[in-house]
Amino acid sequence: MRVAPTFNVALRALRRNKMRSVLTALGIIIGVGAVIAMVGIGNGAKAQVEAQIASLGENVILIFSGSTTSSGIRTGWGGAGTLKIEDAEAIRREVPGVIGVSEEVVSTTQVAAGNQNWFTRIFGESADYFDIRQWPLADGTPFTAQDVRSANKVCVIGRTTATQIYGNENPIGQILRIKNVPFTITGVLTPKGLSPQGVDQDDIVVMPFTSAMKRVTGGTTLRNINVQMGDPAQITAAQQQIISLLRQRHNIRPGRDDDFTVRTQQEIAETATATSRVMTVLLGAIAGVSLLVGGIGIMNIMLVSVTERTREIGVRMAVGARGNDILTQFLIEAVTLSSVGGLIGIICGIGASSLLSIYAHWPTLISVASIAIAFLFSAAVGVFFGFYPARKAAALDPIEALRYE
Amino acid sequence: MSGIALGDRDPPETNMNNGAPVRLIDVHKFYRTGEMEVRAVRGVSLEIKRGEFVALMGASGSGKSTLMNILGCLDRPSAGNYFLDGADVSGLNRDQLADIRNRKIGFVFQNFNLLPRTSARENAELPLVYSAQHLSHAQLRQKADRVLSAVGLAGREDHHPSQLSGGQQQRVAIARALINEPEILLADEPTGNLDSRTSIEIMAIFQQLNERGITIIMVTHEQDIAAYARRNVIMRDGLILDDHAVLQPANATEQLQHAPETDLPM
Repeated sequence: MRVAPTFNVALRALRRNKMRSVLTALGIIIGVGAVIAMVGIGNGAKAQVEAQIASLGENVILIFSGSTTSSGIRTGWGGAGTLKIEDAEAIRREVPGVIGVSEEVVSTTQVAAGNQNWFTRIFGESADYFDIRQWPLADGTPFTAQDVRSANKVCVIGRTTATQIYGNENPIGQILRIKNVPFTITGVLTPKGLSPQGVDQDDIVVMPFTSAMKRVTGGTTLRNINVQMGDPAQITAAQQQIISLLRQRHNIRPGRDDDFTVRTQQEIAETATATSRVMTVLLGAIAGVSLLVGGIGIMNIMLVSVTERTREIGVRMAVGARGNDILTQFLIEAVTLSSVGGLIGIICGIGASSLLSIYAHWPTLISVASIAIAFLFSAAVGVFFGFYPARKAAALDPIEALRYE
Repeated sequence: MSGIALGDRDPPETNMNNGAPVRLIDVHKFYRTGEMEVRAVRGVSLEIKRGEFVALMGASGSGKSTLMNILGCLDRPSAGNYFLDGADVSGLNRDQLADIRNRKIGFVFQNFNLLPRTSARENAELPLVYSAQHLSHAQLRQKADRVLSAVGLAGREDHHPSQLSGGQQQRVAIARALINEPEILLADEPTGNLDSRTSIEIMAIFQQLNERGITIIMVTHEQDIAAYARRNVIMRDGLILDDHAVLQPANATEQLQHAPETDLPM
C-alpha cells in the first residue's frame, strides 16, 4: 500500500476546502464535546453519591426497626419501636465477625448555650459510632463506653452546630443545654458535608444513646442499630445471622414478615448509584445522537466531495491509482475530519465540564477511559460514514469519471 | 511505415513484441445501451512500432475514442487481443490495468485535467504517487522539475493551473504524462482547447519528444494537426478506413520560427 503519499493527498484535499472541512468537523466536535461533558457530569454525580455512601462507614450493616404491618398498614423504617437495646447486645455477643455496634436513637430539638439557641438533630449512639462511620473528631475527645454505661451528660457536636451556637469560640468544655439538661461538650466532629439526601450532616449533636433515651427522647426502643463487620466477606453471612437472631428474639413465627429491616451498605449504595448510572447513560445517549448526526454530516460532505471531484478521481485513475488508493484517500479524509474533530471535541468537552464545575458547582469527573473511548468512537464514525462515499469513489469508471462535467 | 527503429528500452517480454509496443489483433468493442447494441469497434488490427507518431483520425462516432480508451488501458476489448509491450493486457483486471497505465502509458487530455489549486510540480508528480517505486520527497521534486523544464516550464513549478495559460497547462499535463517514462504517450485531442499558435507549440513539443524516441498516439479530427504526425490512421464506423505514412510531416518548430511572435520558452 502507498499509504504515506495517499495520506498527504488526503490532507491536501482537506486544506483546499478549509471552511467546509472545519464545518464538517464541527459536527463531530459538538458530538464528542457533548459526550465528554455529559458523561463527565453523570460520572461526577455518581462519584459524589459513591463518596457519600462510603461516608456511611465501611462494611456496615444497618438494622431498622419497623417495616411491620399493623392492621394492614405498613409503617416505614423506624416506624415502630421493635428494636431493643438487648437486640443490639445480642448481635454484639452472638454474630461472629462483628467489630462494632452502635445503638441509634434520633430526635430533633432545640439546643441552647448562653444567649444562643439552635434547632438541631440529636443522635444517641454508642462509643463505636465514630469508628463505624469513620468520623474522627476535629478537636477534643469522643465520649467513652463508660459514658454510655453511666448515661453521662456529655456530647460531641458537628461543625455547623458549633458555628451556629459558639461562632468562632472554642465549644470544647462548654455547657450545651438540651431540653434544659446541661451537657458538656467534649469534642467537635470533622465536617462531612451534605448527605445524599441533601441534609447537612454537620448539623448534629451526638451523645451516648443511654443519655439520649433517658434525657432527650424518653423512649425505650432504638430507631436503628449500626453494625460494622471486620471482613467484607462476612457481611452476607452476618446479615442472615442477624435476621434469624432477631426473628428468634422477636418471636416471629415462620411465614410471618420481619418487624425489622436489615440493609447492607452495598445494597444502599447499589440503589443510589443505579440512579446516577441511569442518568449517565441517558445523558451519554443524548450526546451520542449528536455524534451520530455529526457522522451523517461527514458522510454528506464526503458524498458531495466525491461527486465534485469525479474528474479528479478519473485523472488519478488514469495515471495509475487503483480503486484501493482512491478508497484509502477518501477514507483518510473522512477519518481525519472525524478524529481531528474528536480531538478538538475532547478539549471542548473538558472545557465545558470544567466551566460547569466552576460556575454551576456541578461535580464532573472526566476519566481517561471516557476520553479514549470518545476518540476511538469518533475515528470509528469517520470510518463508518466515510466508507460508503469512499467506496463509491473507488468504484467509478475512469472513462466516465474523466468525461464528467 | 515511417516508424524510427530505436533500441529497445526493455528486453522483449515475449516473442509477440517484435519491437512494436502496441499490437491490436482483431479488436472489437460492443456496448449495450438498453435494447440497442452499439458496435463501437468492429475488428481493428493495428501495429504501432516504437518511436512512431501516429494520428488517429475520424469523425465523431467513428470509434476512435473507444479505440483510444482501449489503447490507454482504460477499457478492455470485448473481443480480440491487445499486446502492450509484448504482454497481452486484454484480460487484465481493474487493478492490473491501473498498474499498466501507471508504468507504460502517459495521458494528455483535451481539457488538460490538471488538479485545481495544486502546483504544476505536484500535478506533474501525480503518477509517481501511485508508482510502485518509492521515491523520497526530494527525488519526486527533482524528477518533476526535470520534466517540467523539458516542456519549457522551468521557473513555473509553483504556479497553480489557474495562473497558467491553456498552452502552459497542457505542457504541465505533458510533463505529468512523461514523468514515469511511459512506453506510449496517448493524447486525446490535445489541441482541441487551444488557439492555433499554441496548438503549434504543443505539436512542436510532441515532435521533439518523438525525435527523442517517444511513441506518440494522438487522437484528433483536425487535418492540419494530423499533418504533424508521421502516420495517419483514419477510422470510420468502427473500422480502419485508411492507414498511411505522412511523407512530409509539417515541422512545428520551423513554423514557429517563421511566425511573427517569437517569445517562445522553447
